[in-house]
Amino acid sequence: MAVTVRIPTQLRPLAGGASEVAVNGTTVGEALTALDAAHPGFGERLFDDRGGLRRFVNVFVAEEDIRFLDGVATPVTDGTVVSVVPAVAGG
Amino acid sequence: MPGFRDLLGATKQRIREIDPASAEARLSDATFLDVREQDEYEQGTIPDALFIPRGHLEAQIENRLPDKDQPIVVYCAGGVRSAFAADTLQDLGYTDVQSMVGGFGRWKNEGRDWITPAVLNPEQRNRYGRHLLLPEVGEAGQQRLLESKVLLLGAGGLGSPAALYLAAAGVGTLGIVDMDVVDASNLQRQILHNVDRIGERKVDSAKKTLTELNPDVDVVTYDVRLGADNVLEVIDGYDVVVDGTDNFPTRYLLNDASLLQRIPVVHGSIFRFEGQATVFKPYEGPCYRCLLPEPPPPELAPSCAEAGVLGVLPGIIGSIQALETIKLLLDLGDPLIGRLLAYDALEESFRTFKVRRDPACPTCGADAPPIVIAEYDDLCLPHATLVDAGASAH
Repeated sequence: MAVTVRIPTQLRPLAGGASEVAVNGTTVGEALTALDAAHPGFGERLFDDRGGLRRFVNVFVAEEDIRFLDGVATPVTDGTVVSVVPAVAGG
Repeated sequence: MPGFRDLLGATKQRIREIDPASAEARLSDATFLDVREQDEYEQGTIPDALFIPRGHLEAQIENRLPDKDQPIVVYCAGGVRSAFAADTLQDLGYTDVQSMVGGFGRWKNEGRDWITPAVLNPEQRNRYGRHLLLPEVGEAGQQRLLESKVLLLGAGGLGSPAALYLAAAGVGTLGIVDMDVVDASNLQRQILHNVDRIGERKVDSAKKTLTELNPDVDVVTYDVRLGADNVLEVIDGYDVVVDGTDNFPTRYLLNDASLLQRIPVVHGSIFRFEGQATVFKPYEGPCYRCLLPEPPPPELAPSCAEAGVLGVLPGIIGSIQALETIKLLLDLGDPLIGRLLAYDALEESFRTFKVRRDPACPTCGADAPPIVIAEYDDLCLPHATLVDAGASAH
């Protein structure tokens, strides 16, 4: 399944500056793993040692937070947009 | 050629009238419409009446009262102008209009309930004229803003535009919390301050700017670091808190305190070219911990001082915070409760994401322990939960 992952500004250097990366996967976890394979460095920013999503990173499938769906097991289909939205605190 | 009496007589043939006693019984279902002049209205009016001087009636009524089947009791001082007004309303398609016989004079003489309305003075009516033209704000809304109290955390990048717009809008009391002094490097984005204020306390500089902009506003300054020892006291009594702080621990501290005090928080945060805004309404929508259970470690979340921020960005996000604040104060539209607005300045795009209340939230969840306000560690965990987590980890 071709999925679009939206990359926040602060992580774009890892993807050569791209704001969106197209990857394949049938779940959010697979899509993000594919992102890390294509652009190493995303994995450690998004996942903890046990492979769970870090609690300060919000990932949305379309408008929905995957924590309230099936987490990284949330299925994705062709054309799904997965957005990585990091915590920011600046003021 | 017909004279005044003929005209009035003919008009009365076309309308329905109601006496004050019967009208009083309709206070709960009918809209009372006061068509007298401003100076008469200011002397006294029926509570909750809609005030539109007869001269503005045709132009304003459809905006102010869009439902043409809503029952209307229209009154003036003695029942003449209201008769003509009722006729006009019927011409405009209003289906249930009655003119009150004897008008406000008889209503008052018969000992029925009336009030002296809080009114704007002529300077205020001029200053806030563009608000008064909006039926959603109007004189009642402007009065509400003037009676409102908003606390701004931070007189920096986000706090500057938010405070300027809230002061300009006539929010009557603005509290400002900031312990910094103005530095030249602030001026790239913190538009409350200027070159002459370098070295001055930010709260004092903010107060000068805001008072010069709008003397109606009472600016209350707190030259303190917001901490567990003072947060409850500082936020007490405010209607809304605008969060423009620059670090995670203060944001969690505010979250927990605002839940305890049940004060809505308008959240804004910025980083380089991206900003986020949302509204946390205690126990109605999600809280900050529902959105963000844990803060990132410092190495993954550098501050603006370390990573930089485009100076205009807080202007956008802080302005959105001011707007959301006014919506909350006036109960307007759909505030960003349960929605995270994410702005990308480089793409020039806005996206909204749903934020849900987490049933397992350690502070606002159903099984959350009582909130204890305490200084937080690196994880910004609430005190009670921190003890539990420590116990289970060892």
